[in-house]
Order: sequence, then structure tokens, then C-alpha cells
Amino acid sequence: MSVDEIKIGGMGASRRRVEDNRFIRGKGKYVDDVVLPGMLHMEILRADVAHARIKSIDTSAAWEVPGVRLVLTGEMMAARNLAWMPTLSYDTQAVLATDKVRFQGQEVAAVIADDPYIAKDACAKIVVEYEALPVIVNPDQAQSPDAPLIRDDKENQPTNKIFDWEIGDKSGTDKAFEEADVISTIDLHYPRSHPSPLEPCGSIADYDRSTGKLTVYMTTQAPHIIRAAVAMVAELPEHQIRIISPDLGGGFGNKVPVYPGYVISILASILTERPVKWIEDKTGNLISTGFGRDVYLQGQMALRKDGKILGMRMHTISDHGAFYADAQPTKFKIGLMHSTFACYDVPAAHLTSTGYYTNKAPGGVAYRCSFRVTEAMFFQERMMHAAANDLGMDQAEFRRVNLVKDDMFPYRTAFGFLTDSGQYDKCMQVGMEAIGYDTFKEEQEEARKRGRLLGLGISTMTEPLGAGNSREYDILGIKMFDSAELRVHMTGKAILRTGAKTQGQGHETTWAQIVAHELGIPADDIVVEEGDTDTAPFGMGTYASRSTPVAGAAVAMAARKVRAKARKIAAHLLEVSEEDIEWELGRFYVRGNHDRGVTIQDCALAAYSNMPDGMEPGLENVSYYDPPNLTWPFAAYFCKVEVDPATGVWDVLKFVAVDDCGVRINPMIVEGQVMGGLTEAYAMANMQYITFDESGNCIGSNYMDYLLPTAWETPGFELHEVVTPCPHHPIGAKGIGECATVAGPAAFVNAVMNAIEHTGVRNVDMPLQPNRVFEALQTGQDVSGMPPVKVE
Amino acid sequence: MTSLYNEVAADPGADTPTRRVSITVNGEQRTVDIEPRLLLAHLLRQGLGLTGTHTGCDTTNCGACTVLFDGRPIKSCTMLAVQADGHDVETVEGMATASELHPVQEGFKECHGLQCGFCTPGMMLASKALLERNPNPTEDDVRWALSGNLCRCTGYQNIVKSVLWAAEKMRAENGEEA
Repeated sequence: MSVDEIKIGGMGASRRRVEDNRFIRGKGKYVDDVVLPGMLHMEILRADVAHARIKSIDTSAAWEVPGVRLVLTGEMMAARNLAWMPTLSYDTQAVLATDKVRFQGQEVAAVIADDPYIAKDACAKIVVEYEALPVIVNPDQAQSPDAPLIRDDKENQPTNKIFDWEIGDKSGTDKAFEEADVISTIDLHYPRSHPSPLEPCGSIADYDRSTGKLTVYMTTQAPHIIRAAVAMVAELPEHQIRIISPDLGGGFGNKVPVYPGYVISILASILTERPVKWIEDKTGNLISTGFGRDVYLQGQMALRKDGKILGMRMHTISDHGAFYADAQPTKFKIGLMHSTFACYDVPAAHLTSTGYYTNKAPGGVAYRCSFRVTEAMFFQERMMHAAANDLGMDQAEFRRVNLVKDDMFPYRTAFGFLTDSGQYDKCMQVGMEAIGYDTFKEEQEEARKRGRLLGLGISTMTEPLGAGNSREYDILGIKMFDSAELRVHMTGKAILRTGAKTQGQGHETTWAQIVAHELGIPADDIVVEEGDTDTAPFGMGTYASRSTPVAGAAVAMAARKVRAKARKIAAHLLEVSEEDIEWELGRFYVRGNHDRGVTIQDCALAAYSNMPDGMEPGLENVSYYDPPNLTWPFAAYFCKVEVDPATGVWDVLKFVAVDDCGVRINPMIVEGQVMGGLTEAYAMANMQYITFDESGNCIGSNYMDYLLPTAWETPGFELHEVVTPCPHHPIGAKGIGECATVAGPAAFVNAVMNAIEHTGVRNVDMPLQPNRVFEALQTGQDVSGMPPVKVE
Repeated sequence: MTSLYNEVAADPGADTPTRRVSITVNGEQRTVDIEPRLLLAHLLRQGLGLTGTHTGCDTTNCGACTVLFDGRPIKSCTMLAVQADGHDVETVEGMATASELHPVQEGFKECHGLQCGFCTPGMMLASKALLERNPNPTEDDVRWALSGNLCRCTGYQNIVKSVLWAAEKMRAENGEEA
């Protein structure tokens, strides 16, 4: 008599997405689709040079353009104490430049006008006089003794170094290296990349002087953090600030930080008393908003002859641009870089990190990863690849020897993380069989005899997803828990709100499935809302694959608390004591008398019409969930490529992805996340990077220079699953949104290296563009750094 | 564009040129007075309120602004609205009837061919144009036809599936009619 879980769209159902109904009709509501009465339009003037003192800004011609309402400069912002704002990493960032510009694309002035075309016209009439300063475009230049000081605005900042940081056991690691038979080394650069959601950033600020209320429609993945930040920056009372994040055209970490454009539009609305819309163009998005990566990764591994890893050392040198604006938990200066090697049994490890300012855009956002985990895992799998080769050991065998075994959980990593579950070797076996691992070497030999270059690359990882637990993880002091509010109406229909914010992940579909699983209410009877800080409970938002691990858990807990109350109502309706009530999906019944029961819908009606004496009416709950640990999904990826020796072009012949993200709420959506992530991994391995010339000009400032793969280049992916439930998550789920972007790049790179390393090449840094692969093939030498600026 | 009241907030000046154009949008003739520099995407979105057409990159690369121009897919972010004078434009809002979705729309939902939804209108219109000229495309045909449209979420595999699903449905429907 219980309801059929799959039929009601519960857990495990590949339920078609609710949000699609509006998107396929063109009825999504993105920020730029919102039109408010009397709305003005804002355009930002950006610096065209990377490092220069501002001598003067002449806005008089802009003011004269008919239709212009306001022109703002740094000086005017400074008069209101708004020229600078805090970043998410305890640094400061200029809103509008006052003293000098520190990267190309930095915000210098803003025009607010009746029409976006007029605002653009007027921006072009602003004259800025600059005095050029020497430009720094990489950490090497930044640490040169005669380097100009980029952050001369800060006290106690005598050099361009931002931080030195370390973690791990130095002496234990030194000892491991003394005992090693073989020491393997690697030296990598993970190039700067931009998350580049198709929709750029934007906001509409609407300040109402009569009520004191500020409403801001904003492209943000974390509306509640933004509300807190606006309260601090603009010194407005928090209850008078309403942030609405409507439909987002992708995020990938790009829409976590607070950007100058948001702050300027807010001040413009306060000054004009009209709604002010700011929509960034693509170039503005690519040259000024949060980038990902841009880290040099150096490593050494101590190995025993039989393949056992004894210890590893890692050093990172990171380029943060002009402002240290990484989005990351407070304790960790270089994100969760120390999650590297978490899936391997490594007895001793030591990590040192140094960060530098350069004349490049700020960011260091978690671009589809959990705070620098992408770099950590890329380093890990390139290091594993090199070490296996140095040992003369098979790539798969070397990994299987060192992967944490099923009976070793819970496992404390050398850097202190606690991994709790997984079947790593099983995932390896599934993947090896699917790719045809056992016959590959023969195939490769045969092909090579005929002049064809085949390669096979492996990448495995476990990733710390779902920050956090509040003991370890906070952003600007705000603990990283999350929330859900469930209200069941009297007819048994419900509304659910969470502190997360979907941007394509399908929360409107999957959250309802969790409620259906817990209460037996059909998913179609539950509406899900997110992104409005006036209605949603406080949460930290969606990034770092934290929605299902944290907000998803809160949804389950809220539903369970609702069920606990419904049980009391059921006892009242069935006239038995609560202890005699049993639950099956969607229904309570009397123990020993299965036919005598009431549905969850009956209980909902009674909560408003026939509650027991002394019980509060209504059937609802707000839950805040603070996870006891991160979740640890596992991935094993196998990629087979062919490299054309005449051109350096490489094609993916087959890609096998084995993912274990615990219990899958909606398998269709999980697979969609994996395929999307793999495509971003392919993009980074192959073509997608941003670099700068010696003058700090951004190369990659539009989609003609910043290459993203289309349907034509993107390979097909074969997906497999292994399920190891998370032991501490209420429904056994782990994060999945980012696994493929994190583990993917090394699979592609290792495959290409495997195809060409017989020439003596050990490494070609990403992107593996044909000319770089060709150069490596021709010379037998490594191709390092990032074109066109090579770091010696 | 007709409006009961259109406030001219500041005098645009006598030297601001305007031109009258007539465009058939989703089967309905729309006549507007516009500045000649106005882009078609902006006329559709701001002027006519058809916000299903998105602007992503401004450089004809991403295809979020794809509309059908006399039945052929074009990028409306780099076409002037005056160039559409006398022509036929179809946007995503014109794909479904009041009671029925276009098979391409159904296919995208059925096969999880979208995530954030931003590229979807352009993707679907490019797909519709493909299926009108080639009712029985191969996977490669679909990938090539959509290579002017970027998607950052899906990895394309499910988009291809969606289009092939729609093709099959359309062939079945046409077969039944014949």
C-alpha cells in the first residue's frame, strides 16, 4: 500500500526536469530579462593598460551626452567610502580606481543613462590620462628585487608576495626521501582559465528611499553571502537588503565573488533613486571577473623499488592578479590544495605555497572545483604518471598498489583529511575492462610499427566536496552550513526553499525527489524556490559541489522532522499511541494492522483542521545542516587518444569515466553533470586558456581568442557507475558536479604524453595545442609555460 | 513598435536618425521606428519583449542569440535590425503552439539536453533548421550543424541525443500523415 517511489519521482528516478518547462519555451528569467519601471542602464569604462598611475579623469564630455544621468569615478566613490571593498580572502579590491590601475580591464568610471547605447556612447567620451608603470605578468617577475610594488595602497606590503603557507610533516617527509630507492620529480604549469558561463555577470539595483529598501537582482551563486557583504560594504541594514538571484546562465564559480559592477550599480540607484541595470559584455566578463588556476606546481615523490609511495613534496607558486580575491575557506591560503593524493596511501607529505600579486585580473575562484582541488588532482595524476614511468611500472598497476584499500576506511590522509568510503580498486577494474586496458599495449606497439601514435591515460581521484563542517570551513567568518525550509500545505502539496542556488544543476527537480523519498509526497506536488534572500533560509550558496552534500542533507532533515510531527498527528487520527505507529513510504499504519492507516496527505490536512490537543498547528520545518565531514566521491577516468605525428593534432578515440558519487538522486542529472564536467576538462587540456603579453594585454578577451569546444570537437563519453554510499550523509549521497572537471584534464594529458613519450618528452603543459605537441615530438623536449610569455 | 506613451527623457537631438522597419516576427508583422545602429537581438529583447533570445558573446561565436531568418539560423547579435526589414524572423517564443511543443523542444526535455538553459533557445532553433532541411541526420550531421552554438553545461552529448530524438518523432509523425 506504500506508494511506488519511482512513480512519484523519488530517489533514483531519472525524473525529467521541472525547470525545463520554462527554458524550452524561452521563458527563463535571467537578470537581463528583468525590466523595472523607470530603469536606467549602466556601462563601465575599463582600463586599457595594465599598470599605470591615473593622472586625470575628464568626464565633462560624457555628462553632455543627451540621456546621461550620472557619471561616477573613483573619487566620487571614495567620498562615500566605497572606492574599495573587501574580497573573500581578507584583502581589498578597488571598486573604481582612484590612485592607479593594476590590471587591464579594471573599472575606472561608470556612466548611467536612459539607454544602454547612450551609456556606451558616453563612456567612450571619458578621457583618462595615465602615467605608465612597469608591468608584471607572472610570479617570476613579481619576485624580482627591482619589481614595482603593485599594492602600494596597502600598509605592511613591502613586496608583491601575498603569502607563504605550509602544511604537512616536513621532517617525516625528509626522512621518507632519505629512504627512497627512486625519486621522481615534476614541474608543471596549470594555465589561467576562465569559467566563462555563457551569461555574463550583471545586476539591477533598485533602491526605494521611501521604505529604505534595497532590492538587487544579481547573477550570484551565493545570494546570502552577497547580502552580508552589501550590508558591510554599503553600510545598509541587512533587513533592508533583498538579493534576488533569478535564473543563472551558468556559474562554474565565476558568480561567487562580489564584483565592482554590483557595488557601483547599487550606489547609482541610491543616487538616482531609479533602478539601475548593469549587464557586463563578454569581454568585460573575461578580462575582469574571477579566473581559475594560474599556478606553478612542482613536486617530488619518494618511491620504493616495488612501487610503494613513501612520501611526496609539493610546492605551489600561484598568481592571484592584482587583488587577492580567491573564494576559499579562511584557514586555507591556497584552497584545498592539500587534498592532493587523498586517494593514495602516502605515509608522509609536505606542501609549501607562495602567492604573488601580478598586473592581471583578480580571482582564483573555484572554477568548477572545490577550492583549487582541480590543480591538486592534476598535479597528483601527472606526478603518478611520471613516477610510474620512472619506476618502469605499469600505470594502472602502480595506482592499484597505492590506492587506499576498501578496508582502510576511515582513512586519515597525510595532510589530515579523513576520507570515509570508497571502492577504488573496483572502479579501476570497471574502467580498465571498458577501455580494453589489457590489450592496449599490444595495440599501441602494432600501431607504432605503422607510424601511428596511440596513447592511453589514466586519472583517478577522490575529491573533498561539500564544505564544510563548521569547525574547519568558513568564508569571512561565516560558517559553511546550509539550510532548507519545508512547508506542507493542508492538501498535501508543499513548498521547499533552500539556501543553495541552482545554475543548471536542476535543484527544482532533485530537491523535490528527496522530499518524495522521505515523505512519499509525489515530486510533482512540491515546488522548489531558491535565490531570494527575503524568503529563503540563510545558506552559503552553490559552488564547490556543496549543494547535495549540505543543502540536500538539510532537505532530508527538514522532511524527517516534518514526518516526525506527522507521526504524532497519525497517532491522534488512528487513536493509538505514537509507539504503535509504523511508517511506509507515504503512509502511517497501526502496527499489526496494516490496513488501518492514514496517508501523509491525511496528516497534512489534520495539521490544519484536526490537530491533537496542545499541538502547534501547521506542518513545516526549517533545518540547518552542518555536515560532520566532507563527502569523498571517487573517479577513475581512462582516455585513449591518437596523435597525428605530422601535425600534433590529437583525437580522443575513447573515453571511459567511472564515477562513484554515492547514492544517485537522479541518475539522468548525475550523468549530465559528468558529461559537462568532462567537456570542460577537455577544453582546458586542449584549447581553453587565458594568457597575457609582456604589456599585460589579455589574450583571450573574447570568444574569438578564448576558444571553447563546440559540439564538433567535443568527444563522446562512456559513463559507468559504482555506488558506495556516504556513511554520514542522510541519504548517502556525495558531491558530483565537479568531479569530471577535476579528474578529467590529467586523463587527456596523460594519454597524449603516453603517445609521445617514447621521444623522451616528459611534459607538455596545457593547453596541448597541436603546435605544442608537434614541437615536443620534433625536439623530444618538454614544452613548458604558457604562450606567448614563456617563463624561463 | 506602438506604445501609448513613450517618454523622451532627454531630447535625442535632431541629428539622431531613425528608420521605420517592418519585420514579421513569429508570424506577426511588427512595425517599429528605430535607430539604424540597433542590433536585431536588442530589438527582439528590449523592443519587442521577446527575451528568449539571449545575448552571450557579442561576437557571433556563442549562438545564444540564434534566430531563424527566413528559415535560416543567424546570429541576431551581429545583425542590424534594419537588415531584417521585410524579412521573416522566428524566435524561440514562436516554436510551440498554444497546446503543443515542437518536437525539438520535447526532445531537449526528454533527453536532458539542457542545464542552465541559456544556450537552449539558440540551440533548438539551429536544430529545427537542420531537421527542416535534413529529416534524417547522422550524429555527425547534428554536431556539425550545431557547431556555431556553444554550450558550457551539457558537453553536447545529450543535445545531440535530443535532436536525434526529435528527428525520429518528426519522421514518425510525417509518416503517419502520408
